[in-house]
Amino acid sequence: MRVATAMQDLHYVLHAPQGDTYADLLFTMIERRGKRPPVTYTTFQARDLGKDTASIFQNAARDAYERFAPKALLVGASCTAELIQDDPAGLAEALELPCPVIPLELPSYQRKENWGAAETFYRVVRQLVDRDVRPSPREGRRPLVNLLGPCALGFRHRDDVLEVRKLLWNLGIDVNCVAPLDAAPDDIRTLGRADFNIVMYPEVGGEAARWLDQALHQPAIRTVPIGVGATRDFIAEVAALAGVDATEALADPQSRMPWWSRSVDSTYLTGKRVFIFGDATHAIAAARIAHEELGFEICGLGCYNREFAREMRAAAAHYGVEPLITDDHLEVEDAILNASPELVLGTQMERHIAKRFGIPCAVISSPVHVQDFPARHSPQMGFEGANVIFDTWVHPLVMGLEEHLLTMFRDDFEFSDEAGPSHLHGAAPVARQQAEPAMPSTRGELAELPTATTIAWTAEAEQELKKVPFFVRGKVRRNTEAFALSQGRGAVDLATLYDAKAHYAR
Amino acid sequence: MSGESVLGCAPAAQPQVLRERGQREVFCGLTGIIWMHRKMQDAFFLVVGSRTCAHLLQSAAGVMIFAEPRFATAIIEERDLAGMADCQDELDRMVDKLLTRRPEIRTLFLVGSCPSEVIKLDLGKTAQRLDAKFAGSTRILNYSGSGIETTFTEGEDACLTALVPEMPSADADEAANLLVVGALPDIVEDQFKRLFDELGIGPVHFLPAKRMAELPKVGPNTVFLLAQPFLTETTGALQRRGAKRLDALFPFGAEGTTDWLRAAAEAFGIDRMHFNRVVAPGRERAKRAIAHRRERLEGKRITFLPDSQLELPLARFLHTELGMMPVEVGTPYLNRELNARELALLPASTRLSEGQDVDLQLDRVRLDRPDLTVCGLGLANPLEAEGLSTKWAIELVFSPIHGFEQAGDLAELFARPLRRRDILRV
Repeated sequence: MRVATAMQDLHYVLHAPQGDTYADLLFTMIERRGKRPPVTYTTFQARDLGKDTASIFQNAARDAYERFAPKALLVGASCTAELIQDDPAGLAEALELPCPVIPLELPSYQRKENWGAAETFYRVVRQLVDRDVRPSPREGRRPLVNLLGPCALGFRHRDDVLEVRKLLWNLGIDVNCVAPLDAAPDDIRTLGRADFNIVMYPEVGGEAARWLDQALHQPAIRTVPIGVGATRDFIAEVAALAGVDATEALADPQSRMPWWSRSVDSTYLTGKRVFIFGDATHAIAAARIAHEELGFEICGLGCYNREFAREMRAAAAHYGVEPLITDDHLEVEDAILNASPELVLGTQMERHIAKRFGIPCAVISSPVHVQDFPARHSPQMGFEGANVIFDTWVHPLVMGLEEHLLTMFRDDFEFSDEAGPSHLHGAAPVARQQAEPAMPSTRGELAELPTATTIAWTAEAEQELKKVPFFVRGKVRRNTEAFALSQGRGAVDLATLYDAKAHYAR
Repeated sequence: MSGESVLGCAPAAQPQVLRERGQREVFCGLTGIIWMHRKMQDAFFLVVGSRTCAHLLQSAAGVMIFAEPRFATAIIEERDLAGMADCQDELDRMVDKLLTRRPEIRTLFLVGSCPSEVIKLDLGKTAQRLDAKFAGSTRILNYSGSGIETTFTEGEDACLTALVPEMPSADADEAANLLVVGALPDIVEDQFKRLFDELGIGPVHFLPAKRMAELPKVGPNTVFLLAQPFLTETTGALQRRGAKRLDALFPFGAEGTTDWLRAAAEAFGIDRMHFNRVVAPGRERAKRAIAHRRERLEGKRITFLPDSQLELPLARFLHTELGMMPVEVGTPYLNRELNARELALLPASTRLSEGQDVDLQLDRVRLDRPDLTVCGLGLANPLEAEGLSTKWAIELVFSPIHGFEQAGDLAELFARPLRRRDILRV
């Protein structure tokens, strides 16, 4: 659907029960599209089962063709329709519609959304591309590329396309076609005209690019320009492949992020522990930015799409952390708790987890909510993307000075760390008590979580623990208790607390 | 209000109902879980379905899914499709794990979905077996919220129907009791409770109850009022247990709420004067609150696309109390008996439609160009982009709209999009 909705003059007939149309509202609400997605659902019901679901499908396909006159028709089955074993491909073929019909096999009991989008785009490309369309001779013209991968409901895809176009323009390269976003079947037909492809999002465009390389010998650039370093690499690779000069593009005066990050104001960012989770492409890119460009320490890295597990494992090894490859958000929650990060970079889910534990968080990847389809220009890619990322990630952190003040005046009644950082007022205890009375009410929530073994703390030690900054308090508590257990001490007193500190300081 | 007593004539001619089938742009019954689980505080809803089902709940529940919700999806995977026996074992394991983790759960609903219905996974049997296993601690029940069988609010109907056999029996010699059927926001429930108390009607119970242990009794002396129009199956199940339905308008607006309360008052033989005295203040407040919006809404033409079965009573409210003109009132399913009084109050020119072929229906909307179209979120923005004002329908299910005190809010829900349209200069 994300591919069909992204494209023009294409219609998707989906064999699906009543209710599956809920997917429409992801596009009309989250992305705020002003048009219905080009999808017709057969919406069969119980009384239709066993007799005429096949003819329902054929009628729907015929009506959709007549009403929307698409240049190509996608047909497929939802998870339920997969079970009733009508054959959308055969049924659609039998209609002999005067446009290409692209059947989709999306095994919904094995695969997930990103895979579905990649597979759909690959099918569309494979069926529609005209293999006889080839690049014209290079003399006297600028290089020509395709941008593959941007689609509907993509995290910042709209603005990334603009940013990459700008980069390419600075390099003297023209864009033949962006696909699937806003491409029509006729555009897909002429993909072969480009000299090479740029895979903006491997999750969606990777398969199609691989096939184009095989079938048309169109090479592909797979470096994703998220972050200053990655953008520079990207520019260098593209320039090399296109045979153009990269100097000017590399020296973009709009790239403010490197200076921002070097300015003394940012020194307090050094070594901040960050936990990163999202789709593999964004998570791996974020790890590089965090490590090389902001000086954070990566304490956790993972993704939810197992198709990219290999890349993720390699990246995690590079940063010396255990890769987390899971689509179970409870597992992510556990991992975040164990890592005790000071900043979480993740999806909408991690945003909620972080909120619950009072940890600052920024969103780097879908799934995202409506606020991450902003009205303003906010790319992730290119130098402007790096500017956006710097602001977005630093914003939720306690500002350096504020952090010091919180530690110095922690016992001051109106300045205590219980009040939380000023810009996280949503998580401040007073508001929270009103909104969610069932939740623990202090900010040091990491410390409040029940531990498996409850070891008594002396009042003195408890008091001392409160002097530890709240964002590491939970970790200190757990470490100390683990240490006390391993030493066979029944309770934690001041001495144990500092023995443990010494122990872990090694 | 006197539709039935017109000098012994045949009942007033009812408008023709347009019946269509084609693509239906509606939610499935699983969506009911989102409000049912808030209402029933010791219940857990385990959907047995696919990733699509899980995704639906996630999208529909929005932010709520992160507040340690009491619903989840047991996702059917490919290996489950291979052999049925596995499925049962896996469910057993999952329920075990769930109930160990959440021991406070008193009712567990195994909710059927399209995939589980199509592969004929017998959740009824599973529920029975597990129920015996957890006897004494947790009741395990089953209903279907699949899209092939239920549309949106019918999920609540199916859930309540599953609860009816669990209600304790009241003997024939017990005093009459009143049952209010249909999940209502707590604040509305409390308002109704106070009114019934003042009227002297009682005992009054609500279905669903907040807790399993508080499930009300039902028997031949039970009378019940439907708070919601979509409870066809629940009505049948209650009637089979001897309870009698009180015919009334649904409690929307000043008139609807008055009529609804009156039906109960008459059943309990409450003095007319007393009834008027008790009801008057709320009724007046409601009328005043509604009057504020009347200027904006009077004479405006409105179309309802099918969604929740609330369309008919809401169209009646908007017509009789705010002077709006219903152009087309679409409903996913029309129960003529439950809606008889509502139907009688709609203007004869109203085009009623049951079921949907969404493209044809949208063609009619474009032709009619109503001042306001009530529709789902998948259609609202596209229609707005075509220059048509819309009111998204789901809000009518999630907001408190019943009773006197909410009548103004209910009118406001319809007035707001129009007011906004007038304000904006961009």
